[in-house]
Parts: sequence; structure tokens; C-alpha cells
Amino acid sequence: MAHYHTYILTCGGTGCRASHSPQIVAALQQAVDDAGLSDEVKVIRTGCFGFCEQGPIVKVVPDNTFYVSVKPEDASEIVREHIVMGRKVERLLYISPETGKHVPDSRHMEFYKPQMRIALRNCGFIDPENIEEYIARDGYAALGKVLRMKPEDVIREIMASGLRGRGGGGFPTGLKWKITREVQADCKYVVCNADEGDPGAFMDRSILEGDPHSIVEAMAINGYCTGASKGLVYIRAEYPLAVHRLQVAIAQAREYGMLGDDIMGTGFSFDIEIRYGAGAFVCGEETALIHSMEGRRGEPTVKPPYPSECGYKGAPTNVNNVETFANIPPIILRGAEWFASIGTEKSKGTKVFALAGKVNNVGLIEVPMGTTLREVIFDIGGGIKNGKRFKAVQTGGPSGGCLTEKHLDTPIDYDNLLASGSMMGSGGMIVMDEDDCMVSVAKFYLEFTVEESCGKCTPCRIGNRRLLEILERITAGHGTEDDLKELKNLAAVIKDTSLCALGQTAPNPVLSTMENFWDEYVAHVRDKSCPAHRCRDLMSYYIDPKICKGCSLCSRVCPANAISGVLKQPYSIDQTACIKCGTCMDKCKFGAIGVR
Amino acid sequence: MTKVKSIEELTAMRERLRAGMAVRENGNHPEELPQVRVGMGECGVAAGAKDTMREFFAKLAERGVSGVVTQTGCMGHCDAEPTVEVEMPGCEPVMYGNVTPDVVDEIIDSHICHGEPVRRLVLTESVVGRNIKS
Repeated sequence: MAHYHTYILTCGGTGCRASHSPQIVAALQQAVDDAGLSDEVKVIRTGCFGFCEQGPIVKVVPDNTFYVSVKPEDASEIVREHIVMGRKVERLLYISPETGKHVPDSRHMEFYKPQMRIALRNCGFIDPENIEEYIARDGYAALGKVLRMKPEDVIREIMASGLRGRGGGGFPTGLKWKITREVQADCKYVVCNADEGDPGAFMDRSILEGDPHSIVEAMAINGYCTGASKGLVYIRAEYPLAVHRLQVAIAQAREYGMLGDDIMGTGFSFDIEIRYGAGAFVCGEETALIHSMEGRRGEPTVKPPYPSECGYKGAPTNVNNVETFANIPPIILRGAEWFASIGTEKSKGTKVFALAGKVNNVGLIEVPMGTTLREVIFDIGGGIKNGKRFKAVQTGGPSGGCLTEKHLDTPIDYDNLLASGSMMGSGGMIVMDEDDCMVSVAKFYLEFTVEESCGKCTPCRIGNRRLLEILERITAGHGTEDDLKELKNLAAVIKDTSLCALGQTAPNPVLSTMENFWDEYVAHVRDKSCPAHRCRDLMSYYIDPKICKGCSLCSRVCPANAISGVLKQPYSIDQTACIKCGTCMDKCKFGAIGVR
Repeated sequence: MTKVKSIEELTAMRERLRAGMAVRENGNHPEELPQVRVGMGECGVAAGAKDTMREFFAKLAERGVSGVVTQTGCMGHCDAEPTVEVEMPGCEPVMYGNVTPDVVDEIIDSHICHGEPVRRLVLTESVVGRNIKS
């Protein structure tokens, strides 16, 4: 029998797969076979390691050597040098930006030091398509434990843990379970909301790709507690890898008797089906999600009644988000007290964030609640790309708001983010630098919500479109100071009168950028200028005649033929013809071209 | 059939599978465990370091002792290969020379299990004093 002493873990998440990680896995396996080490060294394809910035990642265990940006052709060298000769392949090691030196293993990386992995405990560690690896790490032990407890006691434990919904709302999870349990009905449902739709968010996808069994197990636990025997996962069809891993997990769970009739001889029966979403943002809202699963239009309805009382096909339905479910098994196994010891007073445990935008280490992270934005962006995220200055960070996706320099030391939790004018949301975190125009950022998010509005209620369907039109006017240089007043008024009406959270939160990016960057709005409407030089209609390139040598390079590279002049005399730009592409400024060797 | 019919069966299955996960689990917190680093330079391999490493795996497993065994490059004592470094939690590492498979069990018994380095095999005798923190 094979006794493996070394494991080569390779990321098999969507991001790394796009950079040929399946070929890397195959090449590593080939090299291990060729070296005659297939009984001693095991190559495993795992879920996401989180360090997506420099994927594909290959990690050698137990020495935790962390190779980054690996290519299939590097595989033989890794095996020959590291596995056979015991020498790390220096050129593939992660280089610390601070010291400029190679970091020998992942335990010394600033990216990982402040992190704490509960929901992501198995991601990047086990083979997600092998139920035995999950079982070896206490998988389904929580289900076994729960099946010997009274449902009321389990729910009490979840309530005591302080776990709140990770999809964004932050509703106490245990309370939701209790409400669903207490409704009398012959048939109840458990739904996993995997309709992750925020631009730039990939937390739920990564959990499903890296540890699908944790969701299967938690749904079964929820079924036992609430009295449901049927689970449904609503997942968007554009997550094919997550869908595949989930299908494999469900099939294996049935084969091993973790799903199906009379689970582990306890008399409890539960099974899971997958339902595919077509990728509408509004279907992340639980009532719209349920309608979509019923085969109807994905439109929300007024709550109450809540799905816990009247949900899928009129039956009581417990809807929880992927990350919420992923936290359940550890809480059962390690106790509510342990979980409640992590985090802040009202937000317990950890939170997974998808860190994106102008930050050095784009990736998937999990930190205890109460970690500050500064720690996330500058310690884990490694600061702003290209040495630029931090300007703002958008949390909560299109429903959230932007936070600025003054919020950097605020501990992240549900209540602090709300008090700061943003929200936790599902965990997307988009970092912006000094070059970003905040009016344009607000416009970008509003374009998204306008596109995704289901159209059922007027404030959202028409109000948000009007908001967007005003923003378009402002960025085109036709805005007035009255427009700013109108933005505020209209935003308040939309928030108050929209039917569901999509409409109620859509104006948030506008309001929070106005709150934090009022001067920028004023500059756009009063001075008709964009301080970040992003709005093309509000900027112009110019040639400084004192510096220009008349070399003619700019006029030759200009794609619009907007630059003319006489050799060895200063050139000039025809503003009516200029398309503001910036090519002339990039090419000028004398720095004679500026923007204002 | 792999179908698990009771919670006890699941527990038994987990115990059986856990052994296969031990190398990875231990790698998560190596500083809490005895660490054995086998010099695997060309000199070490030529002197039989591979067999030494296999012996460490086998004997640790036989005794049911958790440890992290890794390989490293040449440690600069090519005259005394195979060389092995043993680091106990909270202690300075101790470097051994001429670690052929037949002395592996002695190192595990004396140093790893009882905290007493095998002095006759220690390469840098002068530093042994500060290696052991009583």
C-alpha cells in the first residue's frame, strides 16, 4: 500500500484552471510517475488557495513550499529539484514585496498570517471530489453528532454561536432555523442560496468548488433541525465548475449514505437537488429565488410572509447562503462558545471576502470579524497597485457603499459597516486608487442595478434609471447644482419605496460617494472638470509649448489625426477632433503633454 | 459497498482515513511537532538518504509518533552523509551525521520520544548544550 510522505497540492479553482492548472496537475503526475515516486508522492487537485493574484498555485506539503505563477512546463523541474533532490525551485517561490526576497513557505507570507479559515477550512487542502478526504477531516461528523441530539438543542447551539447570515442581510441564522422549525407543515424545504451575483465576488463559488461536501452536510443538518427532508441548491448556471463539484459531492454523499433514506440508520431521510439559475442578480433575493425555482419569473414579493413561513410551493422554506452553511459543521463540532469567542460583540466568527480592484494581492481571504480595513487592504492585500494612493473601497457590491481613508481603522462587522454608510453584503471588496473618479464608480454600479432590476416596482425600474441619467449628465459635463439636490431626493424616495432589497439599496453607491466625495461631484457640475481625469468629456490634453520640441511623434501616433504643427516648433491639439485616448501623452519623450 | 450504516461506522471510517491525512494535517502546525529534515543533496542520496527517510516514516508510524519529515538540500557535511536535522518543539535543531537506517530507531526513541539527543551521532558537539532546553 502506498504511504505518501509528500503531497503536491495544485489549485483547481476556476481562476487557476483558466491558467492551465489541469495541465499542471497532469504534468506533475507524469513527472512523479517518471521518477518512480508514485507510491510516495501524491498529486492532488484542490480548491482555491485564495492567492489568486499569482495563480496557478502549487503547494508542497508538509514543508508548505508555495510556488506561484506555475506553468505546465515547470512541473518536471519541481519534481526533479524539490521532490527528488530536496532543493526548492527558487525562481517559482513567492517574492515578498517588502524585502524583495523569496519566501520559503506559505506560513511566512503576510497574505496568510492574519487570516483565519473556518468556512474555507478545506479549500486548498483536500480534493473536493473525494468524499473520503472530507470525512478524514471530520466531515459528516457534525451530522452524526446532530442526529443524536434534539433538533431544539442544535438550534439553541446555532443561536448561541451568534452566527448571522453571510449573504449580506446578517439575520441571525439560528433564529431563522427556529422560525422554520416552529411552523407546522407536512412538507418543508431547505434552500442553499448560491446565486452569487455581485460584480467581483467569488466567495460562494470558491467554497462550492473547494469544499462542496460542507454545504451538503450543513443542509442535511438544517433539514434535521427544521423538519425538512428535501434540500434545493439554487446555483447560477454560469458556475459550471461549482455545479460539477456539487453534483459529484451529492452523488458521493448518496453512495456513502450521507444523503438518502434512513441516514446512518437514524431514521432521518434527506436528499438534495440542484436548481439552475439563469444569472439574474435579483434572484439572489430569497423570494425572487423561490419564484425562479418554481418556474415563474424571478420577481420578489413583499415580505412578510417570509419564506420560513411560506416559501417554495407554499411550504416553509429555510433559505441560507453558501458561506453561512459552510460555518455550520465547525460550530456543531467545536461548540457555540468557541465560535462566539471569535469576532466582535454583535458579529461572531469570520467573514470571507473576495478582494479585488487596485490591490496588489487580489484573492479570496477569510478574517475574523473585527479585522480592520487597513489590515485587509494593506497587510493581506499588500497595499495599492503601482504604489498609488488608496482612495476608497466598495464593500457590499452594488448594494453597498464606499468607505474611505477615515474608515480604514474601523473594525469590520455588520453594524460598523452600516454605521459607516456601507454594508457587509456578501463579501465583495473592490479597492479604488487615486485615479478612480467616484462619480463614474457610482455610475458603474448604477448601470449594473438598472440592468438587473426586474421591473416589477416603479421606484426601482424608473427611479434608478432617472438616477443613472443624472449621473450620465454629470459625467458628460452637462450637470447642474440642482442635479445634485435631485440625486439626493430621488435616492431617498427609491430607498423608501422600492419593493425589495435590490431597489432599496441601489442608490447606496450614489449616496455614499456623495457623502464622502462631495467635492468631486461639485467639481463635475460647477467647474466642469473631473479631478481624477477619468470623465472624457470633462478633460482635455494639452501640449506645453515651452517644453514641446516639435519632434512630431505625437502627431504621428495620434489615431484621430488631431495633432498638427510644424517640425521643431510647438505642436497643438485640435480639441474638437481629440478622442482623449492618451496615446500622445504616453508616447511624448519630453513630458510636454498634460491633462486637465 | 461503502454505504455507512451507522454513526459508529462513520467514526470507524474516519479513524481509518485520518492516517492518510496526517502528513497534511501536521504540515499545518510543524512547530508543534518533532521535525525531521533529511539532507537530500547528491551526496546524501548517494549515501542512502532516501532509505534513511523511508525508515523515519516507517518507524514513526510504527510507534504512532506524530512528526513532520521533510527533505532538504545538502547541509554541508558531505563527509558524514546521510545527515539529518531533528528539531523538537521549542528547541534548537540538532544535526546528526552518518544516519543510516539502522540508527533511525535509536534517534526516535532517545531524542524524539525522550528528549535526549543521541550524542555519539551529533555532528556539532559544541552546540549540544544549548540545543537542549530542559
